[in-house]
Amino acid sequence: MALTDVARLAKRRGDALIWALYGAGLLPALWYFYLGSTGGLGADPVKTFERHLGLWTLRFLILTLTVSPLREIFSINLIRYRRALGLLAFYYGVMHFSAYMILDQALDLNTVIADIVKRPFITIGMASLALLIPLAVTSNAWSIRRLGRNWMKLHRLIYVAAAGGAIHFILSVKSWPAEPVIYAAIVTILLAWRIVRPSFLRWRRSTQTKAPRPARSAS
Amino acid sequence: AEALKASRGPYATDEKLTSLEDVTTYNNFYEFGTGKTDPASNSGNFKPKPWRVKVDGLVSKPTEFDIDELIAQMPLEERIYRMRCVEAWSMVIPWTGFQLSELLNKVEPLSSAKYVAFETVVRPDEMPGQQGLFQPLDWPYVEGLRLDEAMHPLTILAVGLYGETLPNQNGAPIRLVVPWKYGFKGIKSIVRISLVDKQPPTSWNMQNAREYGFYANVNPEVDHPRWSQATERRIGEDGFFGSGRRKTLPFNGYGEQVASLYSGMDLKVYY
Repeated sequence: MALTDVARLAKRRGDALIWALYGAGLLPALWYFYLGSTGGLGADPVKTFERHLGLWTLRFLILTLTVSPLREIFSINLIRYRRALGLLAFYYGVMHFSAYMILDQALDLNTVIADIVKRPFITIGMASLALLIPLAVTSNAWSIRRLGRNWMKLHRLIYVAAAGGAIHFILSVKSWPAEPVIYAAIVTILLAWRIVRPSFLRWRRSTQTKAPRPARSAS
Repeated sequence: AEALKASRGPYATDEKLTSLEDVTTYNNFYEFGTGKTDPASNSGNFKPKPWRVKVDGLVSKPTEFDIDELIAQMPLEERIYRMRCVEAWSMVIPWTGFQLSELLNKVEPLSSAKYVAFETVVRPDEMPGQQGLFQPLDWPYVEGLRLDEAMHPLTILAVGLYGETLPNQNGAPIRLVVPWKYGFKGIKSIVRISLVDKQPPTSWNMQNAREYGFYANVNPEVDHPRWSQATERRIGEDGFFGSGRRKTLPFNGYGEQVASLYSGMDLKVYY
């Protein structure tokens, strides 16, 4: 088999995996929607549904942010799946907001707008979702080419969105239950990595004879 | 749970009851965990009997009551009350209990008594939420009422729901129910009731004073700092589609009976 054939085959398999990721990634939403419509989400199904969609938004944001540290620290390269992970986070954010607006508030736009303006936790959640819109819109190859260096700068907005999402979760509950605190801790670690990354890479370059490729990615 | 004999009291709403299933599986009882289903899942080892409730403080006859004797000698009534949680959901629950005033009259409060302080049991061995590193509140859980609120005929100590003794997750064997206040005032598994002369500390107020006041009267006009209190979701009634948030009523709809307790008070200050 010629080398180009192997490369083409690998690429095709990679593409299939990406589509599988989209499919699998959307399964939780379908599953909880099914449970909700058949009475399987407990006493307060709307709130539970909302909460699950929000949790998956945060999980996909975290997975997206994990891609580059995995490569930089452990040389595991999952960069080709990052766009799907980021878009899944965006889709879940949109579904989370839609569930709140349609199922919870029954499209009472006055209340929704009042909530967004007046309630810090909803303001922060909404702002975080809004920040993901330009990232989703420019997630295509054409935008990446077109925006060049600015694309990387723009996509750093995911840091703000992830921090906002974690704060939104903490502010939505009473007292300090473990779950939102754990999510916030994970996001904090992933963001802190971006701060220490330059010194880490410099240190590793100085200790290794063969320098690793410098990190160019913005994520 | 054992069956309880009770007469139907005068203060019953005719609204649709929340199902026993929802009333017993959707609870806030942080001693058993912070999740809504935690109390039902984690309260199996809790022993609500034998049980004694100490009533002391500024009274002529401090007494320790045995729960079985209390249930036998108090006039039990069924009270169907709306329950409005500070988290903006609500239920309609058929409680069995007796007026707190009946119990307080037995111990004869002194004229210096101005408030009533309540305390929940501390049993980390039986209450997993009281163990471990992540504890959301200081134990024991404490609550309080002004004496006139405590003596109000709507205020009851519940020993049962749906005609049987209280399930552990609902505050067995005895809990407070104050239907015009947010649910967290309804302290559960009470071991001590003290009459005092100063406003007693209350658990959620200590946890976050800006968000949870001593009075905690249901009030659609005073929002929680992080969410609106104008509407509520009635558990089990609205389902998944066509959500029917309903308007929250001042004093949870019991204004006619209790608003006079607060005449002249600014309820935005005393929230």
